[in-house]
Amino acid sequence: MSAGRLPARRGFSRQRMTAVLVKEFIQLTRDRLTYAMILAVPLVQMMLFGYAINSDPRHLPTALLVQENSVFARSVVSAIANSSYFEIEHEVRSPEELDRLIRTGQVQFAITIPGDFTRRVVRGDGAQILVEADATDPTAVGSAVAALASLPSEALRHDLTGAAAASARSAPPFELVVHRRYNPENVTAYNIVPGLLGVVLTLTLVMMTAIGVTREQERGTMESLLATPVQPLEVMIGKLAPFVIVGLLQTAIILLVARLLFGVPMAGGWAGLAIGTSLFIIGSLALGFLISTLTRTQLQAMQLSVFYLLPSILLSGFMFPFRGMPEWAQWLGTVIPVTHFLRIVRGALLKGQDLAEMAPSLLALAVFVCVVSALALARYRTTLD
Amino acid sequence: MTVAIRVEGLNKSFGGRRVVKDFAIEVERGRITGFLGPNGSGKTTTLRMLCGLLTPDSGSGEALGYDIIAESAEIKRRTGYMTQRFSLYEDLTIEENLQFSARIRDLDRVRQRVEAALDQLGLTERRRQLAGTLSGGWKQRLALATATLHEPELLLLDEPTAGVDPQARRTFWDEIHRLAADGLTVLVSTHYMDEAERCHDIAYIAYGELLARGTAEEVIRSAGLVTWRGEGPGVDRLSPELLGDPAIELAAPFGLALHVSGRDASALETALEPYRRPPFRWTRTEPGLEDVFIHLMGRVEDNFR
Ligand SMILES: Nc1ncnc2c1ncn2[C@@H]1O[C@H](COP(=O)(O)OP(=O)(O)O)[C@@H](O)[C@H]1O
Ligand SMILES: [Mg+2]
Repeated sequence: MSAGRLPARRGFSRQRMTAVLVKEFIQLTRDRLTYAMILAVPLVQMMLFGYAINSDPRHLPTALLVQENSVFARSVVSAIANSSYFEIEHEVRSPEELDRLIRTGQVQFAITIPGDFTRRVVRGDGAQILVEADATDPTAVGSAVAALASLPSEALRHDLTGAAAASARSAPPFELVVHRRYNPENVTAYNIVPGLLGVVLTLTLVMMTAIGVTREQERGTMESLLATPVQPLEVMIGKLAPFVIVGLLQTAIILLVARLLFGVPMAGGWAGLAIGTSLFIIGSLALGFLISTLTRTQLQAMQLSVFYLLPSILLSGFMFPFRGMPEWAQWLGTVIPVTHFLRIVRGALLKGQDLAEMAPSLLALAVFVCVVSALALARYRTTLD
Repeated sequence: MTVAIRVEGLNKSFGGRRVVKDFAIEVERGRITGFLGPNGSGKTTTLRMLCGLLTPDSGSGEALGYDIIAESAEIKRRTGYMTQRFSLYEDLTIEENLQFSARIRDLDRVRQRVEAALDQLGLTERRRQLAGTLSGGWKQRLALATATLHEPELLLLDEPTAGVDPQARRTFWDEIHRLAADGLTVLVSTHYMDEAERCHDIAYIAYGELLARGTAEEVIRSAGLVTWRGEGPGVDRLSPELLGDPAIELAAPFGLALHVSGRDASALETALEPYRRPPFRWTRTEPGLEDVFIHLMGRVEDNFR
């Protein structure tokens, strides 16, 4: 019987690591809920947010300040009213009232036709109409503003005569000035889908590993595992590696849907995207592992994961434009890994950034991976104390 | 005699409560030692300290020649541990569980070992069955197989037969004796008296203290109990009355009979005098392990009051 007593390897053992890895992989494939998570989370999220992006809201509440009583003004107003995007709900008498309506969010648009409109149109002297948009919800504003583009050349076509009509043929008789308010960075629809990648990966990967490892403690199988010579690094790699595949699968699903369904541009930056995604996946998994070393029950693991998820959604620039946040929130956002991952994904897909341009964010993610892995290994107990 | 385990002065507290108190024990190689004692008396905690899963607050000792604190990694390599709860992976098959155990212990010839274990268990045909779907008895036999796949020198079994039917318990114990015959040292905690009698040695623990130690006969003898067996209709209802007499330390029903024990033989006889009348019949008998354990328990409980 001495044959079995070969002193097990003291250093890192590939076989022990593989044992954990194979076991995790089998368990993963036997768990239906996991399949659901892998597929449903990205798809449902994409559909939810995608719907918001695709939605083409019409009949947006609009306030009007007309400072002159003229034929031209009436024509412009009726052209605006005829477009299905604007619902003129208020006709106000002062700029203050107009400002109050848009500030309080009662209207999405505030349109001002100034008192010298007709005079300037007739003279060809740079007539303007001011359109203020509440751009806190940029997706709502986008298509409405686009619909206004033809207004200057169309609205007065039947009213102009003589010289004014002739000059209108070469240049529009007036100009539309659009002010997007409350949203300095002006997040566009395309910004959201790439951002979703970071949120979905965080949601599934951190939670799956945190719960997976805690479940082993709760079910009592951890005790048997700890009674063997297996080492922390072997457990960690073995447990996390199968989930790297899950993360890559989800990334593929999201990018595919983003391209095919929502036509998100893919400007390039593939190298940076690949490195950034790998780092982010590994870091998120290590974080889940770290969380599992801090919790005793699956419920606690879940709560801690959500605790991490919330600022990742709110402060990373996914929900709200990063530059629109107060300084302290930007500081907080900077230490959240998702923030850097979002910059990488957007930088790659939308701007086609090269590695050098992404370097700061990639470096931040590398630091994240190292710190969290080291902490997780340090926290992992080989006893039940 | 070669010693497999020798520890002394082991203490362990959880949240300020001392769960194991100055525990000392010596276990010979190749012996089966039964850990007995009421729930919560520290059996599991002691087993965990022996195999390096818990660090004692104080105390020292060695297992298999290795220091239980400094060299627990060496002990883990040579020890098989079957936890109190079923701790195989229910969502893995029988075969996968065995494979995992072999690989996690860095064994060679994984395939042969798994085949041999399946064969030994008689589960070769059911190898692809999920472990979670096995009956209680089979689960425990599988757990034992995974805990001994690496041919350990020391085997720690924590209530391995709790909730298992008598037939399966017998098979399980035959297996344990077969392993011990090969030189394996076994420590097994149990609640069953018949299992206590199957052990070579007994250690009785209550409230974290080792109260009795030795073979079953030694434990019984050292308690110094004199026992009378009472029979006849209604005898089992006498016990509250009898316990009122200080000479009677123990009056426990055994089916329809009543076992009455005390350490002072003549005082016990005097105390029983009023009851030596029909329909009761009294015979002197040897106290059993159960009498001794109940007696030991009663004494610590007295100390606690
Ligand atoms: N990890 C732990 N944390 C806190 N208390 C514990 C822990 N493990 C055991 N205990 C307590 O220590 C006492 C002894 O437990 P245990 O060793 O499991 O006894 P036994 O196995 O004899 O039933 C019990 O009261 C139990 O509640
Ligand atoms: Mg126990």
